[in-house]
Amino acid sequence: MPETIPADSVGLVSPKTQHFDTPLALDSGASLDSYELCYETYGELNAARDNAVLICHALSGDHHAAGYHNKSDQKSGWWDNCIGPGKPLDTDRFFVVCPNNLGGCGGSTGPLSIRPDIGNPYGPDFPIVTVRDWVESQSRLADVLGIERWAAVMGGSLGGMQALQWAIQYPDRIRHALLIAAAPKLSTQNIAFNEIARHAIRSDPDFHEGHYYEHKVVPERGLMLARMVGHITYLSDDVLHAKFGRELHDGKINFDFGIDFQIESYLRYQGESFVGRFDANTYLLMTKSLDYFDPAQAYGDSLTAAVANCKSKFLVISFSSDWRFSPARSRTVVRALLDGDHDVSYVDVESELGHDSFLLPIPQYHKLLRAYFARVEIGR
Amino acid sequence: MNVESLRAEQVLIADWIAEGSRVLDLGCGDGALLAKLHASKRVTGYGIEIDPDNIVACIERGVNVIHSNLDEGLCDFDEGSFDYVIMTQTVQAMRFPHLLIDEILRIGREGIVTFPNMGHWKCRAQFLLGRMPVTRHLPNTWYDTPNIHMCTVKDFDELCQAEHIEVLERAAVDSQHRAVIGMRMLPNLLAEIAIYRIKRKA
Repeated sequence: MPETIPADSVGLVSPKTQHFDTPLALDSGASLDSYELCYETYGELNAARDNAVLICHALSGDHHAAGYHNKSDQKSGWWDNCIGPGKPLDTDRFFVVCPNNLGGCGGSTGPLSIRPDIGNPYGPDFPIVTVRDWVESQSRLADVLGIERWAAVMGGSLGGMQALQWAIQYPDRIRHALLIAAAPKLSTQNIAFNEIARHAIRSDPDFHEGHYYEHKVVPERGLMLARMVGHITYLSDDVLHAKFGRELHDGKINFDFGIDFQIESYLRYQGESFVGRFDANTYLLMTKSLDYFDPAQAYGDSLTAAVANCKSKFLVISFSSDWRFSPARSRTVVRALLDGDHDVSYVDVESELGHDSFLLPIPQYHKLLRAYFARVEIGR
Repeated sequence: MNVESLRAEQVLIADWIAEGSRVLDLGCGDGALLAKLHASKRVTGYGIEIDPDNIVACIERGVNVIHSNLDEGLCDFDEGSFDYVIMTQTVQAMRFPHLLIDEILRIGREGIVTFPNMGHWKCRAQFLLGRMPVTRHLPNTWYDTPNIHMCTVKDFDELCQAEHIEVLERAAVDSQHRAVIGMRMLPNLLAEIAIYRIKRKA
């Protein structure tokens, strides 16, 4: 944390935990009898209870979206540049809620949690949860917090998919949906990349079919490889070139199979730091949730039909160099919304930074969010 | 474009548009026209815009805006999905104006198109002096201009004829910023901005 907390930071924050005892029936047919959601909030819920904004996180995110956990915290929350007093999502006006998704490894019930009936972690037996299941669990959190209707639900990537699902699943409980760098379903190529990641994890000798906790090991190599592959898809060719080019790590080619180029060193660093903070079973589960997401499926594969009953207004944002969820994928959602005469604005933000752009303070992007949130009406 | 002329143009367009219509505004700029039509005529719809700052301005006004390049067509929109498709001061900057006008009349029941009239006497005077016109409405030099397909009132009439387009109404804004409705007298000479309401001939 910086010496003094910047004026536009939400400052020191503490996660909260909410326990749920009502069983949650999952898409897979399984059920969670009880579970916990770990979440953070920033700003104050107003008396009208109409200024709440739900932030949905992406694959490797968690509930810590903004601020610092303690004074020695090196890093602020993952969307700190966007959320805070006077920031695009202004916590002086809005009450922001960010939960860790079920099946995650940030504190909500997931593979790392102790299964009540056997006293051991769920591990690979944690049921696969879908985007619909997440929305269901988040709606229960909204109930507990006394939020009948979100002013907005916003997310990037897999988070944007949750925002879309919210608009479809609970049309009366959401006024604005902000879908950023998202897609209405994964492409074949997206699923292929996810399978590489899963294969890397599952083929690690330390994986033990997901029961690695009992063996007191972590499938580090597999998880690292999964992250390395994933990381390349989050960036554009141009930004990798600009950052590293063909720069050599030691200033010379070594004629061996170690690290020659800076990009190799960078990727290893990304992989290694991920291993320390993320659980392999959660990674498997999250990639499956991504693969399964396809709200049009239940409507005869018509996205237009899927969004027909939405009542919220939409802001859809893509980034020009995003090849993981390309602008064309966002346009598919926009087209479906236009078919139904829904209120929608769409912007493709010029950016060299690839899919990761949604996490970065790109001026045009933040101007759009700021302008949009300024129009979101709230009471007192 | 000059503010008074713009206002005169917007007043004329607002007069032509029926209450509660669905409108698509191609090249909607900062969304001023749509915001005005929404306030005065309960119009709903979308603007299409390519400029990033204009898009932010639209969102600030609460106007639905779709970021798109008009030269790439309008395939996101279904046939007959709007009461009016409006294109103000944009047709002359398009790569294929006739194809876009075709698209306008596919998507919209009617089209409203406005453009700076190259036949205006000030333009003609500059031609007589042997130069490309530079006027209030056409402030760009020939080598640095978005306006690559200039035309006159007469030219546009001929295009409509050739493309089986019916001109429902025609108006102009003259150099005094007055809306010269009817334009019976010498429109091609006096109109600085020409405004057309068109539809596909049955």
